This record gives sequence, C-alpha cells and structure tokens, in this order.
Amino acid sequence: MATLREAKCGETVKVQKIRGEGAVKRRIMDMGITKNTEVYVRKVAPLGDPVEVTVRGYELSLRKADAEMIEVQ
Amino acid sequence: MKVKIALAGNPNSGKTTLFNALTGSNQFVGNWPGVTVEKKEGKIKGYTAKGDEAILVDLPGIYSLSPYTLEEVVSRNFLLGEKPDAIINIIDGTNLERNLYLTTQLTELGIPVIIAVNMMDLVKKNGEELNIDRLAKDTGCKVVEISALKGDGIDQLAQRAVAIAKSGMKTQPAHSFEGCVEHAIAHIEEAINGKVDQSMERWYAVKLFERDGKVRENLKLEQSLLDHIEQDIVSCEKEMDDDAESIITGERYNYIGSIIDDCYKKRVKKQMSVSDKIDRIVTNRFLALPIFAVVMFVVYYVSVTTVGAILTDWTNDTLFGEWIIPAAQGALETIGCADWLTGLLVDGIISGVGAVLGFVPQMLVLFIFLAFLEGCGYMARIAFIMDRIFRKFGLSGKSFIPMLIGTGCGVPGVMASRTIENDRDRKMTIMTTTFIPCGAKLPIIALIAGALFDGASWVAPSAYFVGIAAIICSGIILKKTKMFAGDPAPFVMELPAYHLPTVGNVLRSMWERGWSFIKKAGTIILLSTIFVWFAQSFGFEGGSFGMVEDMNNSILAAIGSAIAWIFTPLGWGEWKAAVAAITGLVAKENVVGTFGILYGFGEVAEDGAEIWGSLAGSMTAVAAYSFLVFNLLCAPCFAAMGAIKREMNNAKWFWFAIGYQTVLAYIVALCVYQIGTLLTAGTFGIGTAVAFALVIGFLYLLFRPYKESQNLTVPKSIAGKVRA
Repeated sequence: MATLREAKCGETVKVQKIRGEGAVKRRIMDMGITKNTEVYVRKVAPLGDPVEVTVRGYELSLRKADAEMIEVQ
Repeated sequence: MKVKIALAGNPNSGKTTLFNALTGSNQFVGNWPGVTVEKKEGKIKGYTAKGDEAILVDLPGIYSLSPYTLEEVVSRNFLLGEKPDAIINIIDGTNLERNLYLTTQLTELGIPVIIAVNMMDLVKKNGEELNIDRLAKDTGCKVVEISALKGDGIDQLAQRAVAIAKSGMKTQPAHSFEGCVEHAIAHIEEAINGKVDQSMERWYAVKLFERDGKVRENLKLEQSLLDHIEQDIVSCEKEMDDDAESIITGERYNYIGSIIDDCYKKRVKKQMSVSDKIDRIVTNRFLALPIFAVVMFVVYYVSVTTVGAILTDWTNDTLFGEWIIPAAQGALETIGCADWLTGLLVDGIISGVGAVLGFVPQMLVLFIFLAFLEGCGYMARIAFIMDRIFRKFGLSGKSFIPMLIGTGCGVPGVMASRTIENDRDRKMTIMTTTFIPCGAKLPIIALIAGALFDGASWVAPSAYFVGIAAIICSGIILKKTKMFAGDPAPFVMELPAYHLPTVGNVLRSMWERGWSFIKKAGTIILLSTIFVWFAQSFGFEGGSFGMVEDMNNSILAAIGSAIAWIFTPLGWGEWKAAVAAITGLVAKENVVGTFGILYGFGEVAEDGAEIWGSLAGSMTAVAAYSFLVFNLLCAPCFAAMGAIKREMNNAKWFWFAIGYQTVLAYIVALCVYQIGTLLTAGTFGIGTAVAFALVIGFLYLLFRPYKESQNLTVPKSIAGKVRA
C-alpha cells in the first residue's frame, strides 16, 4: 500500500486508512484527512521536508514522517 | 440577568477580531495557528450594566476537542466545568468544511450554540452562495452572517447570543452517525444514564466511544461498566473495519459533506486565488530560501542595525544620558540633596528606568515587523521552510527569528518567541535564545581576544560557535528531559491564506507586546539595577558604612571576594573577575568597564585596551577563555532575565531557565579550563578528572535514546477540574 509520503507533487490521492494512534493520528484526522478524502500534494518545502497539501479546500503542511502514516491510493 | 458566553472557533477564523469587535477590548490579532493561548474575557458592548452583563470568554483557537493538545483540553474543561450559558462559534465562511468540524462537537455539549459565519463579504465576492437558513437547520443552531473585520452583523450577533443565553434553551445536535455507531452510542448513553448531567449525555457517550482517556479518568466508571461499553465499541469497530476514533472523525466529516451539499453553492470553475499565486513564489523550491534570507535581512537591518539602534541610542545617550540624568542631577544638587539620595535617584532609579525604556523603541520596531509577518501569513511559512533544521533539536522553525534578533539583543529576541504557538517549542526557544552572543557581549569578546590572544581572529567566531553549539546541545538534551517530555507536538499545521493585515491590528499588537514588556519585565530590571547600584556604591570605608569612593571597598567587592572561590575551578577565582561577572548582569558590556575601574583605570575604551596588560598578568589564556565562555552562556543581563520572566510567565520555569543557563555555563567553562590546562600545561588534577566525568555525562544526556510522547500530560492546575 502506498503512503502519502510517496505521492508526488501535483498528484491527487485518495485516503484509504490512517495508521498509528494517539496525538499525531488524531490531529491528522481532525484537520480533515479522513477515509476517502482527496488530498492534493502541492509542494515540498525547499529543504525537502515538510510537504504542503490541499485538503478540503485549504492548505496544510505536515512532515514526511507523519505523511507515512497515511495510506493512499 | 448576568450571562456568560464562550467564543470558540478555529485559529485564523477571525476569532480575535470578533472578540475585539464585540467587547471593544484591546487584544492581539494574528493570522497563524494558535495566537490566543491565554484565556481572555470581556464584557459585550451594550451589555455592561451591572446585573445585566454579558461576559464573553475567548477560548483558544482550536480545531477539535481532542484530549491531545493543551489548548483543546483547556477549552473543553472550561466548557464542561463552567458551563457557559451559550457558545458563539465563529466559522470561516471561506473554509466551511474544516470549521464545521468543531461545530459538530460543540453542539453535543448541551450548551446553546450560535454560529457566526465570518468573512461573508469574501464569500460573496468570490461568487459563492451560502444558504444560512439551511445551515441553521442542518446544524440545529442559530446562524448569523458577519464580517468581523468590517463590523457587519456584530450587533445582531451580540443581541441574538445574549437572547439565547438568557432563554436557557439547549441546542440539540442535528447530525447523526451511521446506524451501528448510533446504536453503540445509544447503548453507552443508557449505561451512563444518571452518572452525568443529562444534557451532556451524548457528549460523554461519544467520548467514551472514542476511548477518550481524560473523560474515562474523570468519570471514574466501574470496570464492569467499562467492559460492557467496550463490547459495543469493539463490535462497531468490526462492522466499520476501523478504530473508534477514526470512525467518529470520519462520520463527522461525512455529515459535514452532506451539509455543504445542501447549503453551499461553490463557483463552478476554481481559479487560482491571489494567495495561491503569492505562495507559488514565496515557498517555491528555489526562491523560498533567498526570499526568506531577504525578509530576515530586512527585519534585522531595520529593527536592530538601523532604525532600532538609532532610537535606542537616542533614548539611552541623548534622552537619558544628556537630558534627563544631567537635569535631574543638577536639580538635586541645587536643592542640596544628600549625595546618597542623589545617587539613589539618579544612578539607581533613573538609570534603571532608562535601562527598561532604552529597549522599548527598538522592540516596538521589531514588533511591527512580527505583527506584520504573523498577520499576513508569512510566519506560518517560516515554520514550514525552517522546520527541517530546527525540529532536530526540539525547536520550531519559528525559533529562527528569536535567535536572529538575539544576535543583536537578547531582550527583543526573547520577546520575539511569542510568535511560537507550541508551548514546548516556545519554552525551549526562550531558554536558549540568549546563548547567542548579543551586541553587548562583543566588548567582552574584544577584551579577552585583545588581552590574551593577541587579537586573534578566531576568538569572535568561536564565541558564536559556542553559542550555537549550546543551543543545539541544550535542545537535544532538554527535549529528552521530564520537563519537556509529555507534550506531543505534531507538526500538522494550517498554512493560512495570505492577506494584508490591517494597520490597526498591527499597531495594537505592537503596543500590547511593548507594554507587557514595560510592565512585567520592567519591575525586575529596575529592582536589580537599583540593587547592584547600591552594592557597588556602598560599603565600609575608613571604619564606617556609607558611600564609597573606591569600588574596592564596596559591598559588591566583598560579595565578589566571598564567592570568588566558586570560580577557582574555572581558572579565574580572583575576586575582580567575579565582581565583573556580577556587574555583567546589569548589562554585559559593564564587564569591561568594571575591570577598568577595579584595575584603577577609571574610564576605559569599549574593548578595554588599557587593561589588557593587567588582565594578561592575572590569568592564563585558558582561564580567560573560560571566563569568556562563562559570561557568554550564563544568566543574561537583568533586562533579558526580565524578558524571560515575562515570556515564561511562571516563576518555576523562569528559575529553571536561569538556573539551567548558569549551570551549563559553569560546566562548560570548567571543562574548557581543566581540559585546556591539561592540553597546554599538562597538569592533571581532581578538576581534570571531574571535567572528564562531566564531558561523559554530557555526552550520555546528548545521545541517550528517546521516544516522542504520544499523550498530553496536563498540568495539575487544570487536570481533574472537570466534574460530571
């Protein structure tokens, strides 16, 4: 299963599942990344991390380590 | 009838602007997540009469009511524990989906909710349509359209909110979840019936379904009941093939999706907004860092090097140095005031006030920049750009600004840490910012370099290296300690749309931060300055106590002699150096001047060229470097300490910060001297052994394994405050 970390800039992916537990997972979901949500990968920060995505009509940044918890297709 | 209304909403939804519009109070308005950390209250305009007041409580900006962040726990404890009469839920009309997520949670609390849809002017301008009657029906709340910035709809909102608060009616959540989830929740509600306030049954049932640890703790249910509930949860999880927390979050967003379909008409074709266009350039892969460097250069150049320095120099040298102090001195002498009183008033109090006010103009210039950067949305991008570097040592990307400003002056540097919303990152930044050599430490560097290293060019860069190394090592060591553990800091951050902040908001922010420095930091600076003045001008001379001519006879010299032994292991256990280090607490550049006085030269040049010979005669090169390191790292000047106290806003943390800095300075200086002496002179003693032991301990703390915490440790003061 691919994760959001592997998604390329400019790609739109659909969320399948969010792995892990606790604060980071809940925060990701609270910000609107839930099952079946479409996430557009907008850009990667100049130093290679974090990434910026568009989700539910707004911009969100998250670290690659956290993006790895998000399974997409 | 007196009513209490809570104001809740996402960060960047215009909550603070609305709070100001409703109450008329002065408060800071920003544009990056989490600006309102403290709880603020105000009386709603038009409802201030005694007995008929409407108190508005501004909750922190939050996205959810999860148990994982301090802001969210604070908010829900307030809502559950103090039960306000109504909640005004402000939502950003241009970003309904995410904003309504909090609404679905607020409506479950059994408190009447009124929704204020903000930025309606923008929604209309974008050619989008929102049917508020349908939104009201779909959420079960009253809905008012507003524009907090323009003041539209504010009066109507205030009237309606107060009316709802007085009516005592309850909001019934209109949303419902998937069949099996509702089934499980109904079961849980039944099981806890009578154990919680009836109007909050649904809230507690949902939280128990999510296995919310904090709610479980507070309710203290019997194990058998919990086991019973657990069965319902597990069977639902099986059916939905997901965990309970994800199910609820997903269900909420699904419901919001249906609301949006029902009441919101999006413009068919989506064009790139201005904000998108700006962001394409500003955080571009190749342009982001150069643009960042230019922005930082402008901020530093204007607020530290040019305008800020001119204003500060003018305040210190002209306003106080040439006008106020000579005038006061003259006036006191004319009226025949006693010497000691003149000294107290002029050298103690007026100089102390000057020390406080001297920083203010520079700080105000800096605060204008910070408010602008926050207001326009660039501050969130700074965190985005710099995160990769800073998170490695427990800091935020936003720590860059305090550190940069700290190279000029630690006081505004520490104050600039206010822009960091995460509590842990901010405390860490406050503790480490003053390790960077500030402008006032440069004369000490020049003194040591000139006196003992023949003006070697490596001394100054090495001082910066020591400062940066101290920040990095402290970050790594501290984030592994108990004090900083237990506060997970997920970097899942909203990047708000760019917009031009209003002049009013920028100026208000500048003034509030400046004033808080004068008020909170000013006291400690003033008192400390007076104390050191007293200690250095009074003492026993000719067998009686009084003002002394020669500083060698002062109380300060006595204190210096008494504590000099502490510094013997550092190689400069001579009382003059100890006294110089103490006067350095008033202002670091005083170290040079004090040496001048103590060696009997009176006034010396800024780099103390006159005393280079005397200093070289009294300590070795290694000892001098140890002295330099100690003064660079130890507790900063009183002004910076005042700023630290202000920003920590907690006595325990303040003393922890100062203590940590001083202990670290002592250890590093000790190691420098002992190991340095071993290398240069080949002497090995107990001190050397201790130094090696300290180095090993230090390395252990640096490299020991560490795991990021997943649970929020709530301070005792707010834990357990909620009662069912």
